[in-house]
Amino acid sequence: MRVSGYAFKLGDSISTDDIIAGRYLYITDPGELASHIFENRPKIRSRIQRARRPIVIVAGRGFGYGSSREHAPLALKAFGVKAIVAESFHRIFYRNSINNGLLAVEAPGILGIVEEGEPITIDLDRGVVEASRGAIRVSGMPGYVKSILEAGGLREMLRRLAGGRSP
Amino acid sequence: MYESLALEILSSHIVEGPSDPGPGDIVVAKPDLLLMNDITALLALRVIEETGAPVDCSRIRTLIVLDHYSPPPTARIATSYRLLRRFARRHGCALKDVGEGIMHQIAVEEEVEPGMLALGADSHTITYGALAVFSTGIGSTEAAYIMARGELWLKVPHTILARLEGRLEWPLTGKDLALQILSRTGGDGAVYASIEFTGPGLASLGVSDRLTVANMMVEGGAKTALFPVDKVLVEWMRRERGAVKPGWKRLAPRNGEPSIEVDLGELEPMVSEPPAPYNARPARELEGVEVDQVFLGSCTNARYEDLEAAARILKGRRVREGVRLIVTPASRRVYQKALETGVLGILHSAGAVITPPGCGACFGSTMGVAGDEEVVLSTSNRNFPGRMGSPTARIYLASPQTAAASAVTGVITDPRSLA
Repeated sequence: MRVSGYAFKLGDSISTDDIIAGRYLYITDPGELASHIFENRPKIRSRIQRARRPIVIVAGRGFGYGSSREHAPLALKAFGVKAIVAESFHRIFYRNSINNGLLAVEAPGILGIVEEGEPITIDLDRGVVEASRGAIRVSGMPGYVKSILEAGGLREMLRRLAGGRSP
Repeated sequence: MYESLALEILSSHIVEGPSDPGPGDIVVAKPDLLLMNDITALLALRVIEETGAPVDCSRIRTLIVLDHYSPPPTARIATSYRLLRRFARRHGCALKDVGEGIMHQIAVEEEVEPGMLALGADSHTITYGALAVFSTGIGSTEAAYIMARGELWLKVPHTILARLEGRLEWPLTGKDLALQILSRTGGDGAVYASIEFTGPGLASLGVSDRLTVANMMVEGGAKTALFPVDKVLVEWMRRERGAVKPGWKRLAPRNGEPSIEVDLGELEPMVSEPPAPYNARPARELEGVEVDQVFLGSCTNARYEDLEAAARILKGRRVREGVRLIVTPASRRVYQKALETGVLGILHSAGAVITPPGCGACFGSTMGVAGDEEVVLSTSNRNFPGRMGSPTARIYLASPQTAAASAVTGVITDPRSLA
């Protein structure tokens, strides 16, 4: 699996409240959620609205902090985010991303090898993230988690279950 | 006996995985209980509709609680509540309707017991660790998967041992302990970990305080936060739930090298400054910050003990003119008890606004939303920008004692000066 895009840089502890505010969580349509992205962080909102697409978010520590709202990765994906590379992730956000087929990769040191707006590529098979100023090796995902991602997420596995197949 | 409480509990729920699992291993586990709130259940419903996944709630007890927007402030939300009620009826899920309270409080009052594995589509599911329950937050698609398959994958957490010394004395609380610990872990110092509590200090930490502590460990990234089965918990289970089981003995405290040590006797009232819960410092350093609204509520601090503590400070006093004190009891049971003992009367006489039970203002959508540039002192768990309404509102987090004292003075106040 290989994903490329343009880096959109963020700092530490970006919370799911930052990504999508609690007042919109009665919405389940990803496109409608995407229209409210980062409203709690107006500066980030205006930057990401001008960002070059496809977007790869490059962030610091503890991305996806806080609430379990799966609306956050859904909104990011519908907005045009192809992947998130961060120094570290909070666990529920990480699971929710993978389960919806949104690539989330932990790459300590990532903020140092890429500038805002530059191309960045994640190559899962080779276990590497590449950008203009270098490459970072990333530890392989556990086989079970990778198989979920390759199936298209847990959502896709549920679709298979519905068809009477094994997930 | 396993080295960690997390593994002790998880090991009896594993249906697939290595024969001798250790930290970092992936296992597939069958939970005893699945929980969803009004928000996460709605998304799980959509996943089920879109995928056509077969649902069978009879295998795993499934509880949906309408708490986040409750009572519904808009027609669109009220209509989505109708969908949830219909879904619960059709598939045999239990549902707690408007006004019954917060999912986590209901779970503690009626559902969980030591040794269980509880998975909830809500990050504060971690709260039940106070009852020696391996409980952790999951997403909506995962909740849908459990409804379809009765199982889910989990990574076995590593352990962070937290040793408590000394005694917790009034007006110090579990909230001050939680904020003290978070000021050390930061926002991600406990990511994926099971924080497990031990030490002689446990004897002075009641179950209500333990619930507050476990609840807030997710703000340090923890997967689960486990208190052992000890005398305090056994007596509480006997009194509140009328049940004690011999199997709980295996959930006794673990010993080892602690990476967090706190002397409860040296604890101070703590306040967390915006924009994140781990941004905590002693209340005395923030004294004088003017507040517009004080919120006594949420799954962190709206139990009977919290309301009673606030009443103890507010009795014979008045909420300062120009300050709003909003009190949202955690559940119908809490509300009823506070009504019967006169606690609600004291709060009301002091000038508080009492709302029906639910998540309320913590979630920034109903019953006390903060306006532009307002300052809120809240007993809840998160102070991210926009959490309680306007992105420019500033939210400070503290204990019910600190909240009540500050409601009286109109500025952030160390409760030791009024207690």
